Amino acid sequence: MGRITLDKVTKRFGDVEVIPPLDLTIEEGEFVVFVGPSGCGKSTLLRLIAGLEDVTGGQIRIDGKDATETPPAKRGLAMVFQSYALYPHMSVRKNIAFPLKMAGMDQAEQKRRIDNAAKVLNLADYIDRRPGQLSGGQRQRVAIGRAIVREPAAFLFDEPLSNLDAALRVGMRLEISELHERLKTTMVYVTHDQVEAMTMADKIVVLRAGHIEQVGSPLELYRAPRNLFVASFIGSPKMNLISGSEAAKRSASTIGIRPEHISVSPTEGLWKGRVGVSEHLGSDTFFYVHDTGLADDITVRVSGEVELRAGDTVYLTPDAEKIHRFDQAGLRLK
Amino acid sequence: MATAHSRSAARLMISPAVILLLGWMIIPLSMTIYFSFLRYNLLSPGNESWAGFDNYRYFLTDPAFFDAMGNTFILVLGVLLITVVGGILLGLLLDQPFFGQGIVRILVIAPFFVMPTVSALVWKNMFMNPVNGLFAYMATAVGLEPFDFLSHAPLASIILIVSWQWLPFATLILLTALQSLDQEQLEASEMDGAGPINRFIFIMLPHLGRAITVVILIQTIFLLSIFAEILVTTNGGPGTATTNLTYLVYVQSLLQFDVGGGSAGGIVAVILANIVAIFLMRMIGKNLDA
Repeated sequence: MGRITLDKVTKRFGDVEVIPPLDLTIEEGEFVVFVGPSGCGKSTLLRLIAGLEDVTGGQIRIDGKDATETPPAKRGLAMVFQSYALYPHMSVRKNIAFPLKMAGMDQAEQKRRIDNAAKVLNLADYIDRRPGQLSGGQRQRVAIGRAIVREPAAFLFDEPLSNLDAALRVGMRLEISELHERLKTTMVYVTHDQVEAMTMADKIVVLRAGHIEQVGSPLELYRAPRNLFVASFIGSPKMNLISGSEAAKRSASTIGIRPEHISVSPTEGLWKGRVGVSEHLGSDTFFYVHDTGLADDITVRVSGEVELRAGDTVYLTPDAEKIHRFDQAGLRLK
Repeated sequence: MATAHSRSAARLMISPAVILLLGWMIIPLSMTIYFSFLRYNLLSPGNESWAGFDNYRYFLTDPAFFDAMGNTFILVLGVLLITVVGGILLGLLLDQPFFGQGIVRILVIAPFFVMPTVSALVWKNMFMNPVNGLFAYMATAVGLEPFDFLSHAPLASIILIVSWQWLPFATLILLTALQSLDQEQLEASEMDGAGPINRFIFIMLPHLGRAITVVILIQTIFLLSIFAEILVTTNGGPGTATTNLTYLVYVQSLLQFDVGGGSAGGIVAVILANIVAIFLMRMIGKNLDA
């Protein structure tokens, strides 16, 4: 259960083509993350899969069956919304019971599933409260609870963590990953945050303007970005992109080197520069190095604490193995 | 308003308004109470004498009083029912995207801007008149006997007229409430397998609860004192078929020149209105809590 195939799926709003014909297969039990900048069509794509938007062309198959015209409730998918979309006038228990009640399930089975969800998500303490009395993280759990009681073929998450504060986000990220480990159900997750994508996904789909730029595991995308867009989108801090003579030396139009693949020395190295702002995170230090003659500034990541002050001269040496080369059209060279 | 000084300055500055408003309420009310204990007839001015509770006794034992009570409640409940149900339906309709939405919305609101006397006269003469009215014309066009609304179904006709006036108000409030419903909630319920009817019952209606309460409370206040529509259409008749409490007070004091009796009726109406208000707040007031 839970294999979703998109075959030449197209979506148009009036004259605007939001999703040009797009093919994608989501394997059973996979955790797939759609990631891209805002307005890239990732939420629209999720809503197309959910059935909340009609496709303009193409076919959506769920477990091999054509579901293009199937109403949302009949697709066997459950969705967790960005605003959680809990029903404010119902208690947590009733919220979770709602899809079961709509399906006309008998009371005993309803109770069994709700208790199970409450146990899995630790909802027991506030199961009789209203959503208005819950914190953001608790609401998030209830929304997930409402999704899991349906025992769906796949879960759809639409930026579920974007309303939470940073600490809670990391916690919930872990919980969702653990939930996936336990349930082994297909999950499709939309986010604009590449850290979420990298940490949670089995497979990342990078989207830009409705186009799939690259599909692959987090490390594939990190190691071998197919084009400049993916190269600069995946990884934090961003990859340094250098064009001009330095790139030409390596017979490429643009070369990219990640901040963590540059070594720093106060005495010798390939590129000379001047230290600008530095960000000390404790575990890592980020330097923004100016005046290298390569790009506006080069970001360098050094493990641990490094004593370099603004204005100091540094020499940078890229790890030759880890240099990414791109051609005129921005595609990867190999 | 933090310091004692600024608090007392604030009290001083709002006191003229408070005193004016208080006087505005207290003086007429106490004069009405005073008159209600007098034998005070406009036909023999200057002969006022103390009447004790006689005015109340006469007013409360008047058979017309019970008719008026019944009519008042039927009128209020009938109009509330029509406007709330109609308002929800119209709200749902106007919430859909369609061509000319802006203009249609303005048109729907329009009856609210027509003054009660005018709209009642328009209904009486242009729609319900058994000879010249539009309804009579439509009835004869299909070969039916024209129906004389105001003499055969007078109270229902007035309920219709008043509902027509208040429907825009209910529609407006309920439409804005519908528009404030989170679309994601509707989509979530759609994913959860709720069809259009279940979505309405389980998601929309609870969401509208507060707006419906506001509509009922505000309309009740105004509907208890409906007067102009009755005066210009039926004059409370035939008999007492359309006499409500307000109209009965008017008949008592200005048609029978009995100011004392009218005042007693006025006080009775105030007490009844307060009882209604207390019951309403008990029943549905909790919806207003956030």
